[in-house]
Amino acid sequence: MSNTPTDLRYAKSHEWVRDEGDGTVTVGITEHAQELLGDLVFVDLPEVGAQLEAGGDCAVVESVKAASDVYSPVTGEVTEVNEALDGAPETINEDAFGDGWIFKVKLDDAGELDNLLDADAYNALVAEEDH
Amino acid sequence: MIYEQSRSGRQATAQTNFEMPALPDIPQELLREQPAGLPEVSEMQAVRHYTRLSQKNFSIDTHFYPLGSCTMKYNPRACNSLASLPGFLSRHPLAPDTHSQGFMACMHELQEILKHVTGMHAVSLSPAAGAQGEFAGVAMIRAYHDARGDDARTEILVPDAAHGTNPASAVMCGYKAREIPTGQDGDIDLEALKEVLGPQTAGIMLTNPSTVGVFERRIKEIAGLVHDAGGLLYYDGANLNAILGKVRPGDMGFDVIHMNLHKTFSTPHGGGGPGAGPVGVSQRLEPYLPVPMVDFDGSDYVWLTEKERSDTIGRLSAFAGNAGVLLRAYVYARLLGREGMHRVAEFSSLNANYLLKRLMEAGFDAAYPERRASHEFILTLKKQAKELGVNTMDFAKRMLDYGVHAPTTYFPLLVPECLLVEPTETEAKEDLDDFVEIMKTIKQEAETQPELVKQAPHTMPVRRLDDVRAARELDLAWKGQE
Repeated sequence: MSNTPTDLRYAKSHEWVRDEGDGTVTVGITEHAQELLGDLVFVDLPEVGAQLEAGGDCAVVESVKAASDVYSPVTGEVTEVNEALDGAPETINEDAFGDGWIFKVKLDDAGELDNLLDADAYNALVAEEDH
Repeated sequence: MIYEQSRSGRQATAQTNFEMPALPDIPQELLREQPAGLPEVSEMQAVRHYTRLSQKNFSIDTHFYPLGSCTMKYNPRACNSLASLPGFLSRHPLAPDTHSQGFMACMHELQEILKHVTGMHAVSLSPAAGAQGEFAGVAMIRAYHDARGDDARTEILVPDAAHGTNPASAVMCGYKAREIPTGQDGDIDLEALKEVLGPQTAGIMLTNPSTVGVFERRIKEIAGLVHDAGGLLYYDGANLNAILGKVRPGDMGFDVIHMNLHKTFSTPHGGGGPGAGPVGVSQRLEPYLPVPMVDFDGSDYVWLTEKERSDTIGRLSAFAGNAGVLLRAYVYARLLGREGMHRVAEFSSLNANYLLKRLMEAGFDAAYPERRASHEFILTLKKQAKELGVNTMDFAKRMLDYGVHAPTTYFPLLVPECLLVEPTETEAKEDLDDFVEIMKTIKQEAETQPELVKQAPHTMPVRRLDDVRAARELDLAWKGQE
């Protein structure tokens, strides 16, 4: 799992979170998650302005194999969604940690980020699930 | 496409001179300006076209069809021929009851048979398909809570392995679906269940045996917990075949069940065609059953409608469900009788367990090796995918070359490289053995010449379809030749 960026935080349900340092975070699904899902064909984005709860489902990613919920790793308000995914869901397959981001959230409580996993802990989780 | 054979002016009755009759009674403004754009072919072209298409079919009449969770068993021809008796076919749904006593007697008996075999208090046959049965079932749960003024119940619990229809039905009835995890042994994670139960719990939707192909052993405990929290238990009849006449959902503590007659009671598998999804309920949900139902008043069979059943959730279709489909199920149930139903459960489970053991001996990994299978089981081809680069889809496609319809792939989602196999009770031992040999052969091919498997099928009318492009660039309508 050499391609798990160390500057991100991770949820057990395979989302990543990037702290933008201004009270907002960017959220996507991990490289491992996109690999499991296979070629994505559809992404159902949350609404801008929607209030998310940590652990609540807020988006759907659909591949030819499966439709899977995306859970918000944090509590807060959606400030922006990646509209480009509408026409090009494969961006997540191609660049899960970059252009394949899904939505941005204004945090209610920045302390919540401490509940998330770091890259090492996430890699350990993936290794264990793979067992 | 039959449209590609179309030639302007060609008619089915090619040899007869056929003139369109004039339609003087229909006002000019109601007539279409352009012809309907139907294919113009001869009768023989139509026959050949559709016969050729049917020959390309993988069907239970021609191939082993172990499509897990779908119960693709053989439907006895008698079900079809008896349900097609002229008296049934010619009966008009608006005919007076006195002219329909025979049909109504069959429906009443079917209600009673389904009641007894599921252990429920009452049954309504009217839902026109499994999905509508699910909707009706959850709608009754809602009606029950609403009637008690218990409107804080907003959640329906659904295991992570459930059919996608379960959360969909819950949402259609205005509930929030909440997922509960499956434990390592295939049973529901009871601790996780306890955590999410509460005054917001409207009910739980379960299949038993579950979607991972094992019997939920602590069902009584689950029923107790959910009932104590004030919730109701919904039984998805998807896997009823495994327990038919052996264990009854009513005895397990379920309050409502829908039955997929096409799976367990030998009616046609729809593909969108007419279906039937009867619902059964415990005593407390009885008032809410959908109408119409058939009652026997001691001398005559009568319809029960909104008039007699004012608390009903209402009608789900214009008449009493799909009569022809229900009749097939009735004939099937009568052909089997009580003993026959026991044998369905016994042989569907025996066949599945035999197949599982033999495939494990052949080197395949079971997802739940320590558990006895119900009527279906799950293999995981994780090892083959990792070591040989040949995944479940490759195996499935290669099976087509050997004349086997592939089992269900990649469902349930929680098992990686999942192959869900359901042989059903109607397959002979020799057919099961053949399947084992085919699986062994493909495994060997995967080890020695993986490309052969990865590029399969080689003998079908089409090779691998680009399903990613098909999903991304949906193209559903034929728009003529370019």
